[in-house]
Formats: sequence, structure tokens, C-alpha cells
Amino acid sequence: MQKQGIYTIQENAPLTREVYRMVLAGNTGAITAPGQFVNIRVEGCYLRRPISVADWDDNTITLIYKVVGEGTRRLSRMGGPGAALDLLVGLGNGYDLDCCGKAPVLLGGGVGVPPLYGLAKRLWRRGITPTALLGFGSADEVFGEREFCALGCPTMVATVDGSYGHKGFVTDLLREAGMRYDYFYTCGPEPMLRAVYDACDCSGQLSFEERMGCGFGACMGCSCKTKYGTKRICKDGPVLKKEEVVW
Amino acid sequence: MVDLSVNLSGLHLDNPIIPASGAFGYGAEFAELYDLDILGSFSFKGTTKEPRFGNPTPRIAECDGGMLNAVGLQNPGIDAVLAEELPRIRQYFHKPVIANIGGFSVDEFRECCEKIDAADQVGLIEVNISCPNLHAGGLNFSATPEGAAAVTRAVRQVTKKPIYMKLSPNVTDIVAVARACEAEGADGISLINTLLGMRIDLRRRRPVLANETGGLSGPAIFPVALRMVWQVSQAVKIPVIGIGGVDSAEKVIEMMMAGATAVEIGAANLVDPYVCPNIIRALPGLLAGLGVDRISDLIGTAWKNK
Ligand SMILES: Cc1cc2nc3c(=O)[nH]c(=O)nc-3n(C[C@H](O)[C@H](O)[C@H](O)COP(=O)(O)OP(=O)(O)OC[C@H]3O[C@@H](n4cnc5c(N)ncnc54)[C@H](O)[C@@H]3O)c2cc1C
Ligand SMILES: Cc1cc2nc3c(=O)[nH]c(=O)nc-3n(C[C@H](O)[C@H](O)[C@H](O)COP(=O)(O)O)c2cc1C
Ligand code: FES
Repeated sequence: MQKQGIYTIQENAPLTREVYRMVLAGNTGAITAPGQFVNIRVEGCYLRRPISVADWDDNTITLIYKVVGEGTRRLSRMGGPGAALDLLVGLGNGYDLDCCGKAPVLLGGGVGVPPLYGLAKRLWRRGITPTALLGFGSADEVFGEREFCALGCPTMVATVDGSYGHKGFVTDLLREAGMRYDYFYTCGPEPMLRAVYDACDCSGQLSFEERMGCGFGACMGCSCKTKYGTKRICKDGPVLKKEEVVW
Repeated sequence: MVDLSVNLSGLHLDNPIIPASGAFGYGAEFAELYDLDILGSFSFKGTTKEPRFGNPTPRIAECDGGMLNAVGLQNPGIDAVLAEELPRIRQYFHKPVIANIGGFSVDEFRECCEKIDAADQVGLIEVNISCPNLHAGGLNFSATPEGAAAVTRAVRQVTKKPIYMKLSPNVTDIVAVARACEAEGADGISLINTLLGMRIDLRRRRPVLANETGGLSGPAIFPVALRMVWQVSQAVKIPVIGIGGVDSAEKVIEMMMAGATAVEIGAANLVDPYVCPNIIRALPGLLAGLGVDRISDLIGTAWKNK
């Protein structure tokens, strides 16, 4: 259930040229699953900006975001003593961990990687070590590899231009490594989600993006069709099970 | 004690604050956050005869001081609203609710209003005539006095509940449209709906919205809405609900001084889900500061004092 709150910025620093990591302190009680997101009020922008929860503990939330426009640019400049943000937290359904199989694989693309970290950590706490396949454009965009390795996850990176790790897409890693997996979790740009959907024979969960008005289910701005009827990405998603996805 | 109550054609409201249609769903998401009974009422999502998925996405775009939407009247249809949504609403809202009805033909409006007339929970029907008339080349009903009159006449025949015609601002002469509704027996006027606008994505060189154009709402439209409430409330004898860009107690009072009897709040709920309770809390102090002890005394004072 969503909650509104004021969160103080503890940390806001670049991980790569365009991607920032922000740590916010405040009440995290509303967050119930990895893959949920927060909706951030940014001074100077009318609508809030949705960003996935990359990780959280009892009193901090970690967000990892890419500067792509006015809102994220403004976010990247925030910080300093007393700096705070108005957040709606606990939004969306998040990933369901109960059906993760014995050997889940996580496939992340760009800023789709962060929510998978929070997921990996919680799978790990259940005694399950997922494999992490991370995809980026090129070497200077890569982040997160060390964090997945630190959890003990077998981790592989692909870059489109081949400047780091394997040359190609995350789905190429899946094939090349000849790895065994029985469930998948993915987050990234829609063409990647589609490729993962087509590449994986097993069941899995995909996290979608849509432009949002509210982020908590009130405006019908983010609706999509599924095999089980119309769903709101912000409230009934952003995570959909493979079986319900309609492309 | 400041008296916040107002009266909409016999429907008593504890205060003039009403979340606007389309920005509040059927209320459930907000009922998780606060007690909806503090509201004057709320206007539920525009409901049509058949279920509608609405437009393709993206349906939302942003601009300075507001947003554009092209949701396309997504709703489960009047029968599902009667069978499922209204019973659900009853669990968290214990006052008369405002039923917002949309339609694409005069017959559709009539049928929906006839059905909703049977629901005792509904205290007032708000008829959104800013929809395209599929039998008139897609021109919206609210675009001409004749179109607005035709819908008003049809729905007036099927219900005794107060009927408020919700007008589009995308017209040359809003007063003529409002007068046509009044002449056909409308009990009140709701205005304004969104202003038609668009944004273009520089990288894709295409409109941001899949529907290409959409309705502008938010603070950017407040002066336009205020001006139309000012004009219409002087031209008709029936009450006017002021809608458009309201996000503070100050703007509520401005709207009422311009001639609104009650005020609806739309987009502001999306960015600040607590905007309505915050306004309701702020009103008494603000009114006391202005030396006002009955909010209804303010209605139209800006033109009455001319
Ligand atoms: C559920 C969800 C989770 C997300 N998680 C992350 C994350 O963890 N890290 C990250 O970097 N990004 C994430 N995004 C994308 C992020 O919301 C956008 O990059 C951001 O809103 C862009 O804002 P802007 O002002 O910089 O860009 P602008 O292009 O100036 O924004 C204009 C408008 O479009 C919207 N918009 C633009 N791009 C997107 C997009 N891709 N998805 C949704 N709305 C968009 C903005 O919110 C704003 O309303 C997520 C999106 C969703 C829906
Ligand atoms: C996302 C969204 C959906 C809307 N849907 C409806 C609707 O179904 N029926 C209707 O009469 N008005 C609808 N409106 C218009 C609002 O009720 C209101 O008239 C308009 O947004 C202006 O008010 P605001 O500036 O406070 O948002 C919608 C507005 C928004 C932002
Ligand atoms: S963004 Fe408003 S319902 Fe999803």
C-alpha cells in the first residue's frame, strides 16, 4: 500500500557518466517486494518521476537512475545538508519470489539492472543464488557487476559494442553460456523484454515501463492489455508474469 | 466556526471540495490514504455504456504547469459500475457520490443516465459532453449550443436527479453553450474540461501521445477556467461547479468568488494525493483571515461587487 513521505538525501553520486546512485533516509515500511518503485516529486516538474527501488533496509532506500531529461537532471543536482525529497513509496506489485524455481536467472538491461539487485539480495536471503546477466551499451555505461558478484551470483556482462564483456545482448549470454535455469526475472527496455520472452522456454516475470500520471492507480494513464484483462502498470504491475503478457 | 457547507441543487455538501472525474478513479486508491468522508463528494471516472479500454499508450505527457492526458475514457461500463464499483464505493464513502457519464451518441447518454438514476448512492449526475458525437462527424457535443441542448433534453427526460452538464472549454462562446443547457432543464453547469493540446518528442520526431493530441489540465489552465466560470455564472441562474487548475485553498476561494458554488480538483490529486484533505484543512483559517464565516457568502462576490 502506497505511503507518502519526506526522505532526506544521504548520498547522490554518479556511478557512470549518466547514471547516479541516490540513497534516501526515511520510513521504508511501505515497501514489500523488490521491483516496486517510488514516485518522486521534483521541484520544477509537474508530474512525479517513477524510479525503481534498487535496494532498501529498515530506514534507507537506494535508487539508481539515468539522467535522460529535465526531471532526472534536476535530481542529479540535488544533495547537500538537509536536502530532502517528497516520495510516494510502496508503489506497484514487485517481483513474486515464491515461484522462483531452483535456478533463476536475472536479465537486466541498463537502468533495468537496479531492481534486479534488490531481488537478487532477497533471493539470496532465501538460500537461492540467481545468475545475473547484465546488458549495457558500452564499457563506460557498465555498473552493478561487483554488487552481484559480492552476493555470490555468477555474473556476466554483455555490451552492444563489445567494449566490455561479451559482445551482444543479454539474450546472447543466455545462449552462449549454455547455462541451466528454470525461471527468469527481467527488467529493461521493451525490445529487450520481448527478446527475453522469446528466448526463455521457462516461466518468468517481466517488469514494464509506461508514462505515468499518478503512479498509484487513479488516472488510467498507464493501462495495458493482458491475457487476464486490462491492467495498470503502476498498480497491477510493473511486474507481469510471462503467461499474461500480450505484446 | 466557519461554515463550509454549500448546496448543489438540493444536494447538501459539507464543504465545496470535490475530486474531479478521471483523477480519482472510483476512490479506492485514495481511501487507502485518508477518510473520504471528509470530502464534499467526489466525481467518479467517466462511465460509458460499454466497457472501454481507451487509447493506446503513451496516454500521458507533461508540460510547464500541467499535464496532457489522452486516456480515452477507459472504464468498465455502466453495468459493471452499478454492479461492482458502487457497492465497493459504499464501503469507504458514506455520502452521495457524483456520477460522471460520458457518451458518443445522445442515446448512449440517455441510457446511461436512466440506469444510474436507479442508484440511490448517486446524488448528482455530471454529464460529460466533451466527447465526440459519432453521429455528427466527431464534433463534440459541447462544441455547439444545439449539441449540448440535445444531450440535456434527452437526459432530462430519464432522471429527476440533479443534472450538471460538464462543458468543454474548446469553444468560441462558452456562454451560449451553458445557456442552451439551462434552457433544456439542466440543474447546473460543470466547467471546465481539459483544453486540447499536444507535445512532440524531439528524438522520435513524433507526438508524445499515441493519440497525438490530449487534454491539458493543471495549474496552467486555472486562469482560463476562472474566466469561464466568471462569464457563465453571470449568464445563467443555475449553480456552476468550477474546475481547472485548482490546487490550493486560495484558488478554491478565487473560483468561488468568480461564481462557483463548488470546486472540483483534478490533476492535483495525481501529484499530491493529499491535496483535497490539505485544502479542506486550510479553508477555515483562510476564510477567518478574510473575515468570512460562511463560505457560500463568497459565491460570485467578484462580480456582485463590480
Ligand atoms: C515503474 C518504473 C520504474 C522505473 N525505474 C527506473 C530506474 O530504476 N532507473 C531509471 O533511470 N529510470 C527508471 N524509470 C524511467 C524513469 O521514470 C524516466 O527515465 C524518467 O521519468 C525520465 O524523467 P525526465 O524528466 O528525466 O525525462 P523527460 O523525458 O523530460 O520526462 C518527461 C515525462 O516523460 C516521462 N518519462 C520519460 N521517460 C520515461 C520512461 N522511460 N518511463 C516512464 N516515464 C518516462 C517522465 O516521467 C515525465 O513525465 C522507471 C520508469 C517506470 C515507469
Ligand atoms: C487523467 C485525467 C482523466 C480525466 N478523465 C475525465 C473523465 O473521464 N470525465 C470527465 O468529465 N473529465 C475527465 N477529466 C477532466 C477533469 O475532470 C477536469 O475537468 C480537468 O482535468 C481540469 O481540472 P484540473 O486542472 O484540476 O485537472 C480527466 C482529467 C485527467 C487529468
Ligand atoms: S499512472 Fe495513474 S493509473 Fe497508472
